[in-house]
Amino acid sequence: MSQWKNLGLWLALAMVVLLGFWPIFSRDASGREAAFTILLAIVMASSLNIVMGYTGYVSFGHVVFYGLGGYVGMYALSALGWPLPLAVLAGGAGSATLAFLLGKAILRLRGSYFALATIGVNEAARTFVANFAPFGAATGIELQFSIYKPYGGAMQALWLTYYAVVAIAIFAVLFSFLIKNSKFGLGLMSIREDEDAAEVLGIVTPNAKTMAFVLSAILPGMIGTLFFFKNGNVEPGDAFRLGFSIESLVMIMLGGQGTVLGPVLGALGYQRLRTTLLTSDISIGSLPLKDFQLVISGVLMLLIILFIPGGLVGWLRQRFPSLRRVLA
Amino acid sequence: MDLGSLTTSLIDGLLIGVVYGIAAMGLNLIWGVMRVINLAHGAVIALGMFGVYLLFSVMGINPYLALGLVAILGLLLGIVIYYLTIGNMVNAPHLSTLLATFSINMVIIGLGTAAFSTSPRDSGFSLGTAELGFMKLQNTRLVAALITLLVTSALYFFLYRTRPGKYIRAVSNNRAAAELMGIPASRILALSFGIGTMLAAIAGGLIATFFSFTILSGEVYQQKSFVIGVLGGLGNPLGALLGGLILGALEGLLPLAMPNTWVPVIEFILFVIILLVKPSGLLGGKK
Amino acid sequence: MTLILQVEGVSKRFGGLQALMQVTFDLAQGHILGLIGPNGAGKTTLFNTINGVFTPDEGRIRFLGRDVTGAKPYDMARMGMARTHQIVRPLNELTVRENVMAGACFGHENQGLRQASIIADEVMSFAGLAARANQLAGSLNVAQKKRLEMARALAAHPKLLLLDEVLAGLTPSEIDGMVKTILEIRSQGVTIIMIEHVMKAIMNVSDRIFVLEYGMQIAEGKPEDVVRNPKVVEAYLGDPQMAKRLMEEG
Repeated sequence: MSQWKNLGLWLALAMVVLLGFWPIFSRDASGREAAFTILLAIVMASSLNIVMGYTGYVSFGHVVFYGLGGYVGMYALSALGWPLPLAVLAGGAGSATLAFLLGKAILRLRGSYFALATIGVNEAARTFVANFAPFGAATGIELQFSIYKPYGGAMQALWLTYYAVVAIAIFAVLFSFLIKNSKFGLGLMSIREDEDAAEVLGIVTPNAKTMAFVLSAILPGMIGTLFFFKNGNVEPGDAFRLGFSIESLVMIMLGGQGTVLGPVLGALGYQRLRTTLLTSDISIGSLPLKDFQLVISGVLMLLIILFIPGGLVGWLRQRFPSLRRVLA
Repeated sequence: MDLGSLTTSLIDGLLIGVVYGIAAMGLNLIWGVMRVINLAHGAVIALGMFGVYLLFSVMGINPYLALGLVAILGLLLGIVIYYLTIGNMVNAPHLSTLLATFSINMVIIGLGTAAFSTSPRDSGFSLGTAELGFMKLQNTRLVAALITLLVTSALYFFLYRTRPGKYIRAVSNNRAAAELMGIPASRILALSFGIGTMLAAIAGGLIATFFSFTILSGEVYQQKSFVIGVLGGLGNPLGALLGGLILGALEGLLPLAMPNTWVPVIEFILFVIILLVKPSGLLGGKK
Repeated sequence: MTLILQVEGVSKRFGGLQALMQVTFDLAQGHILGLIGPNGAGKTTLFNTINGVFTPDEGRIRFLGRDVTGAKPYDMARMGMARTHQIVRPLNELTVRENVMAGACFGHENQGLRQASIIADEVMSFAGLAARANQLAGSLNVAQKKRLEMARALAAHPKLLLLDEVLAGLTPSEIDGMVKTILEIRSQGVTIIMIEHVMKAIMNVSDRIFVLEYGMQIAEGKPEDVVRNPKVVEAYLGDPQMAKRLMEEG
């Protein structure tokens, strides 16, 4: 099919593959850690894009799927003693279920009302989990060190987790592409453009939106489990960090919402920015530049909204109309 | 538990609820006039808290006097925010304005965290307690409630008896028509936004007189403002006050039945339920 | 003669305004029904109610023999109903092709993307939009958007087509062209309800005319009968002589 001639897809895949495989070839642990963080961001941004970019529903609570999936997976690992692959699937299933239930409740709300509802989701989830005994309440779940033995020890486990994340990141890009070029994706984008007109055309909007929401939740749930497995423990504060949701939003806006390449570029760009801030020697007043990450992100996002609301990819497509078909 | 402590909790809650109401009014006004949800609302509340706290703790100014200055600064800040964001986004889709005010929120919180860190502050301000029969109430809360009622009356007077107020109501009713009649819509919108943030700053300042807080506390009160908004009807100022009372009462009474930490969850669930059942709020008001 | 649509005693109220009051009519398959009435009479509201956007407060609606009262617009579309809007609603950030494909994909034929694309090609040439297939819908001018709106509805190969003022703003020759198109659509077996203000055209193309005023039907029947109906004349013009002149100018 001619849609596979899509430059955007191949660029995105190439970037993810390069980024992912480099530490594997160089066997460099710190490079692996850096790549791990970026790959995580790519998965979060690409998955949020399904709801936000394709369907047009801004969500401030995306991290909830990461956090809850992580918890479900960790529970499977520690309390149920499941092997990692099964736990990861459980994490994905757990967040998919949450998305389904949550979606049934709040997807009936349109536009701004939906966004509002998602602001409170994070806090509610965190509070709930912090009071939920099977999930360790406020102290969370901690894994015994021996859990890494079946994988050949902690070092090997770290690498295995990394391979899994690389695979999931590659899949996330493909997944994003497949959805965008499917009939389902056309339905979602129609909803984004004009939800009422979409209904008149015959799109069963409640089902389509719920499906989009569920699909956007699966991969975050899986990588949540992987992250916390690697981390050794999970606590409510770590699992439901509001900042993570915000960062995913900024990454999508930066790279270009509604495209396959956009979230990938946005994630790469944003993480690069973050690293620059973290390692910078510059100080404002007595404070290191890294303390201003939120401020800089905010300014960046405002500038994007005011001047290039389509993000980098959107701007390229506008500037060079010939690229439009090929850079999606 | 006895009737005394039950009533005290209730009255306490109502007094605080009145202040919540003022915060919600600020949000409501902006929504009512220009259909924008100000996601920087919480950040401005936090600035209001810090404003009063700093003026009192560092410069020794009476908090209630400081409140006046903080209110004016809140007004000016709102006007600036308006021109930086929404003023340039006349025909943008709703979600753009949402994200725009959200980025302002990020900037303010980011700067605030850098300047003040996230450690809690307590103004330590106290006016003693009043004993009314079997109840012991904090005087600071009584004064705060009183000031809120004063401000609400002033707001009503402004909206219904002064010309700028009438312009605001005209623009919120029908912007195009108002412009055709010579009303400078853009400036009126900026003013409305400023008043909205002014109310937020006042709310923050009042809260600082009886609660401890951090730079992140504003977020919590913003969330409450949303809940109140749907309880009382987004766009309806009196509804905001009533919604605030209801929420305050709930917050006063709920902890008697369940651990304090569940309150945000209950509020969220309540919020979602009301939005689903009646998006225009329990009291109606403009959608 | 099969009845494709049966509207029985449909009423709709919005707060203090009774938009529709006991509207009743039947529509035979393959007919063109012209829906006319002064501005604010409730014509588009009637469309919205038939289409599922509004649920009637009273009355029943039967489409293809099935009771669809209270069904949602997507249910109607999936049964074979399509409509255009008075104020066009293009999917702006999608291309013309994608817009039209959406019609084919989600209508009652439930086409896959490949087949929808083929149908889109056909319909776009029919509507004169083939050259703009890859343009963003938002970049079209109003006339082109109107054609897109129509193309999108046609791509669903509907059984019942609701047209809301498709002739508005067209030049006389464009009107003639559009009327021919509508007749051709009907000859392909599509039943049509048209809201129109261009009297000459609608009188000449409709099999029956239905007149609404203040939400109530004040006349129904053959065009030549309706136009002589004094209630109709009064509703529009207040002057019985005008009607005569209108028909004569035709």
